Amino acid sequence: MTDTLPGAAIPNPLDEAAITAAVEDAIAAIAAASSLEELKAVRLAHTGEKSPLSLANREIGGLAKEHKAAAGKLMGSSRGRVNQALAARTQVLEAENDARILVEETVDVTAGPRRRRAGARHPLSTLQDRVSDIFVGMGWEIAEGPEVESEWFNFDALNFKPDHPAREMQDTFFVEPPEAHLLMRTHTSPVQVRSMLEREVPIYVLCPGKVFRTDELDATHTPVFHQFEGLAIDKNLSMADLRGTLEHFARQMFGDEASIRLRPNYFPFTEPSAELDIWHPGAKGGPRWIEWGGCGMVNPNVLRAAGIDPDIYSGFAFGMGIERTLMFRNEVGDMRDMIEGDVRFSEHFGMEI
Amino acid sequence: MRIPLSWLREFAQVPADATAEDVMADLVKVGFEEEEVHRPTDELTGPVVVGQVLSLVKEPQTNGKTINWCQVRVVPEGQEQTLTGKGIDPSGVQGIICGAHNFVEGDKVVVTLPGAVLPGNFQISARKTYGHLSAGMIASVRELGIGDDHDGILVLSRIGLDPEIGVDAMELLGLYDQAAEINVTPDRGYAFSIRGVAREYAHATGTSFVDPASKVSAPATLQGGYGVKLNDDAPIYGKPGCDRFVARTVRGVDASRPTPPWMAARLRLAGVRSISLPVDISNYVMLELGQPNHCYDLDKLAGDIVVRRAVAGEKITTLDDKERTLDVEDLLITDDSGAIGIAGVMGGAHTEVSDSTTNILVEAAHFDEVSIARSRRRHKLPSEASKRFERGVDWHVANIAAQRVVDLLVELAGGTADEAGTDVGTAPDPVTIELPAEFATARIGIDFTEEQITTSLVDLGATVEKTSSGYVVTAPSWRSDLETKEDLSEEIARLVGYDNIPATLPVAPPGRGLSRSQQQKRRVVQALADAGLTEVLSYPFVSKASNDTFGVATEGEARPALKLANPISEENGFLRTSILPGLIEVARRNHSRGFRDLALYEAGSVFLPGEKLGTDSIPPLGVKPADEVLDALYDGVPHQPLHIAAVLTGHDSPAAATHAPRAWDWADALDVARLMADVLGVELVVSQGSHQAFHPGRAAQLALRSGDVVGYAGELHPKLLAAHDMPARSVALEVNVEALFEAAADVIVAKHISGFPVATQDVALVVPQDVPADQVLSALRGGAGELLEDVALFDVYAGPGIDEGKKSLAFGLRFRADDRTLTADEASGARAAAVAVAAERFGAVQR
Repeated sequence: MTDTLPGAAIPNPLDEAAITAAVEDAIAAIAAASSLEELKAVRLAHTGEKSPLSLANREIGGLAKEHKAAAGKLMGSSRGRVNQALAARTQVLEAENDARILVEETVDVTAGPRRRRAGARHPLSTLQDRVSDIFVGMGWEIAEGPEVESEWFNFDALNFKPDHPAREMQDTFFVEPPEAHLLMRTHTSPVQVRSMLEREVPIYVLCPGKVFRTDELDATHTPVFHQFEGLAIDKNLSMADLRGTLEHFARQMFGDEASIRLRPNYFPFTEPSAELDIWHPGAKGGPRWIEWGGCGMVNPNVLRAAGIDPDIYSGFAFGMGIERTLMFRNEVGDMRDMIEGDVRFSEHFGMEI
Repeated sequence: MRIPLSWLREFAQVPADATAEDVMADLVKVGFEEEEVHRPTDELTGPVVVGQVLSLVKEPQTNGKTINWCQVRVVPEGQEQTLTGKGIDPSGVQGIICGAHNFVEGDKVVVTLPGAVLPGNFQISARKTYGHLSAGMIASVRELGIGDDHDGILVLSRIGLDPEIGVDAMELLGLYDQAAEINVTPDRGYAFSIRGVAREYAHATGTSFVDPASKVSAPATLQGGYGVKLNDDAPIYGKPGCDRFVARTVRGVDASRPTPPWMAARLRLAGVRSISLPVDISNYVMLELGQPNHCYDLDKLAGDIVVRRAVAGEKITTLDDKERTLDVEDLLITDDSGAIGIAGVMGGAHTEVSDSTTNILVEAAHFDEVSIARSRRRHKLPSEASKRFERGVDWHVANIAAQRVVDLLVELAGGTADEAGTDVGTAPDPVTIELPAEFATARIGIDFTEEQITTSLVDLGATVEKTSSGYVVTAPSWRSDLETKEDLSEEIARLVGYDNIPATLPVAPPGRGLSRSQQQKRRVVQALADAGLTEVLSYPFVSKASNDTFGVATEGEARPALKLANPISEENGFLRTSILPGLIEVARRNHSRGFRDLALYEAGSVFLPGEKLGTDSIPPLGVKPADEVLDALYDGVPHQPLHIAAVLTGHDSPAAATHAPRAWDWADALDVARLMADVLGVELVVSQGSHQAFHPGRAAQLALRSGDVVGYAGELHPKLLAAHDMPARSVALEVNVEALFEAAADVIVAKHISGFPVATQDVALVVPQDVPADQVLSALRGGAGELLEDVALFDVYAGPGIDEGKKSLAFGLRFRADDRTLTADEASGARAAAVAVAAERFGAVQR
């Protein structure tokens, strides 16, 4: 045994007291180890090849045959105790170590960065979707049409007579050359005519979209704005159906308390025509009626222009401004905020309306 | 239309205590929107009384001015001053300093006493001035807010008044009256009159009404008057321009007499300026009866009046002293000297009445709506007369209005009316409408009684005849807007009240939900917001230069754009062919407001005219055009595809304590474009692009599998960024998303998922610098065969170890088979096949 440590006495594997002392030493050292590094040293010292117990174990080979069993048993259980202690201590220290690392990894979550941009929809486009969804929920479909439109669809088909003042009141942008009879649609109503020409009756459609008037931009006007237009063509529709539809829609938009009022008005494409007011309990300056849009029973000339027999079918139509709706629903005070594209406006709304 | 309440009360039962607001609230029920209240007492409060100047002492001042120190009696002699308050002299005589000199002792004037408030919140009080205590003011019309004349104070005798001292001058001048201003829709010309509104007020309130026309007694026929001929040889739409002309003569008038204050007050409240007595009378009658009329100086007329169309090149100087060249379609009033008026629009200057006029010819005529509308538009001459004629005037009121003018001229201007008069023309046939018994009920949804229907129509002025199937209704002559049974149904509903319409909710047939392209649009627009971009809107109006730069890839290449005939600004007179110019402007605005890190997008139409532009003519209204006419209308409307553009500038996120944000670069622009294609399930083919708006080396062209180019993405051109005050390295993209929508598969066919293990192989290939990585990747994909599951570029290297002018591209290849575990040899073989194709196409050499 030339590789024994100088001075280290090799315990006799039959000397129970000595072996037990070595085990006790080992267990004490294991218990005293306060880190996994220390424990590693303790393990080497007490279970390594040159530890007293390993050396004693190796002595068994040189014992007399009749002593081997006893020595083996003693050494086996002794080394087992030490290994058990080691394993237990390792588990404890590892757990402590893990816990410490987690504690050390603590950060100030309130100082965390925002790495992901929060995007946003423009509220006019979100509101347009919201309105569309209400009508889709009622079984209506969404119809669309071009922004540059033939004069016929925008005016004549809607029963605007060529020289009538109503035609001029629309403040129309015309496209050059004027002989081509193209213009920027002044309302979403041409989509009514397109829908009637393209679809089979009964027709229940909502037409949201951009419209254009030659107004300078100010707090309440903009040359480009948005409307949504509803059109229903069926047998036996009356103004009561119009009122019922508008009331249902108003309640979806503004809550069960919402109520509407119809006032006589004039539009070339409806007869009778009405102005639609909505009761706004939360209006700035106190509850009041707010002008929301126009509506009426489709003028028979409009049906005729689309080849629908007004003696068999009747219909109603309505149209509201999306900007106007946003202004009083969400208390937007200045039209320019919606137009200028300042990111603060869209981002304030986020994805909601 | 402004309605003075005192005027309305003459013909309708307006409660004595009703305000303009009350009247507007009633009128709104029958369809007149409220506009404004005009009430002099909102600006002027008393005491304002009639005073007589007892003495007037001229006192020259050191500043060169002379002021008058006046003693003014404001309470009749012998009576006590009942007013009290600071500055009110109990003696009934006020000492007042006055700087005007147009009055003398004995004149009766308007005195604003201490305590009065004048327009502009001018408070009257007794104050020391020029060495006296001046207790009040002798007022001018301007100070009272009833005129522009500020040359001197208002001397009551000069407006024909000699009131008692001490009477309330506000009452005297009609200042307690108020006017309700309402908006009259373009179908209801009759409501541009007290006559029309009084009737509507009666409808709204269920009260009685006296027709002002019924209070005028006009002779049934007129003969022997001034010669008038109606010679329209070119009627528009077959309708004669003038179908009635009434002319009356009044002689010996004193046109210089003042307009009585009650009339001036009503005109003022109605928004009409007082000009001279004859003109004021003419306007007064127009406002009362709705019939525009005209006073000619009879002595300036030469020969018979002829109503005819203008001849080419003919000219007239109108009342506003402007010379106008006439169009052959203009309807004229002429005499032997030529044009003396544009019919129904504006009279001529030459035959205008003046203070020296003694003999007047009164015209009250009926003109065709379209003819007047066109002349008014042509000459840009909106007048009170044209406004009424365009919307329709009662044919039957012309002689009554003429009589009313005559009566007022006789009464107020001291003239004598000729017995003889002129009335030429032909009455239109009355309009009769058949109204089936149940029609109104079916259309409105109110179960109308027979009584409600007939009463409503009779109240309107219609005559109603009951038939076996319903009613035959003759529309009143002043309601040219009533032509159909639908029109009548509105009138019945309006008079019964829209508030009585019940609510029923119709059920639509089963719908199909949003269309596929509507869903696709929503998905893309939402995906961009979800990815952190902010949606904005911009106007579609752009300059030609913007379209030339952004709308076409190659500089100098023309792409047609639509030009507006009447743009808001000439500079931005075109419709966009690209969304980017507007979006860049929005980005610049945000940047200048201090927002440096931006990711903006807009979805909107661009306008791409093709060869066909519009149609030469448009079909008439009320009839479905023939199919080929409709097709031409459809084809003439320019292509307007939906584009989405985005601009990214600055960094991808805000800087923070532990976070260094990344600057957006060209690859982000490409990523946004890819995101759009990905959410739609469309493959986007990216290649090195060239677009004048983009950096020549950092632009990607985006195409569909079919080869159709759908957009560009990359870094914007540095010069362009500088020109637009935008930060360097800003990136952008624009995609025709409508083309993506169309390319998306209707049904996606599922792919078999293999459970066998993957075999990965890497390969580094050296290729010339100018070979695009994407093409090498395509070559590998093509060569690798079916076993290739995926291939990705993971490194690009040029430098030591690689020859000059070359680069090394490292790709990772993943192989997998559907039916077995691949052997190493199989994977290596596939890789070798892939490399062979790359070698063949680009001379790629394995590193």
